Amino acid sequence: MTRLSVWTVRTALLYLGLGFLLGALMLLQKGLPLDPGLLRLLPLHVEFVLLGWTLQLAMGIAFWILPRFSQEPRYGSLRLGWSAYLLLNVGVLCAGTGQWLGISPAVFLLGRLAELLACLCFVLHAWPRVKPTGG
Amino acid sequence: MPRLTRYFIKTALLYLALALVLGLLLAARAAFDLPAEFAAFSPVFFHVLMVGWAAQLIFGMLFWMLPKYSKEQPRGNEPLAWSAYILINVGLVLRIIGEPMNTVQAEWNLGWLLVVSAVLQLIGGWAFILTAWSRVKER
Ligand code: HEM
Repeated sequence: MTRLSVWTVRTALLYLGLGFLLGALMLLQKGLPLDPGLLRLLPLHVEFVLLGWTLQLAMGIAFWILPRFSQEPRYGSLRLGWSAYLLLNVGVLCAGTGQWLGISPAVFLLGRLAELLACLCFVLHAWPRVKPTGG
Repeated sequence: MPRLTRYFIKTALLYLALALVLGLLLAARAAFDLPAEFAAFSPVFFHVLMVGWAAQLIFGMLFWMLPKYSKEQPRGNEPLAWSAYILINVGLVLRIIGEPMNTVQAEWNLGWLLVVSAVLQLIGGWAFILTAWSRVKER
């Protein structure tokens, strides 16, 4: 497993943990009303579990497991991979907290833009690695 | 394929089928003007699909495919991984029963089902994260 995969998969696991925590707090509130404000965590929960966990895990595993090249750089462009990782996490944090706290819509927009750029970097990284093994 | 992986994946496949049935019910409600109570299944539908199917399938595959923890304990802390499987599934089943009932029949006071469900799923999720964490490493 490359260092990039270790970071990406571990960050995905952290988001899974946080996403489950937020979900559990909301479910708790639905069963035993404590503070209606807990339900406002919904957009943060959705952002964390769908993009922070599911998408990020898929990216991390792809960095690891897609066919490598027989010559260096064997994992393709790691710069694109790291950019995808950084942009995705800036995006998830901005889009998630932007919606949750209801701060300026520009933060939410910036988050979505970072997520889009992350996906572009990921596609550019993965595209040449989707190939027959070897070569 | 380890036994726990088979359990995770086969359970995930059952949830996939259930999710599609729930999705059909939700679509039928709109199409045939069925009682509004059917909409109470909407969050259950999402979570049967995303926790029951997607996350559980991923957990099964990770337990199988992640780098080995050690020669003696290739899959890391197996009892912890089994407890994750049990907690997540008991928790999710309680949610499937409790969430629509709590919405439709609030006077039955079934909110405690959701509280137990939330705690079980949370501990189960975190237990899986703990077992997976130490296996995510450079070789
Ligand atoms: C990978 C796992 C998960 C995914 C992908 C996921 C996804 C979602 C999505 C998309 C929604 C929005 C649904 C809507 O707008 O109607 C949602 C809402 C919610 N989720 Fe999750 N979720 C996950 C895990 C969990 C867990 C483990 C819990 C509880 C322990 C939970 C509790 C909730 C609650 C209480 C809501 C609000 C439901 C409502 O609108 O009443 N989620 N989740």
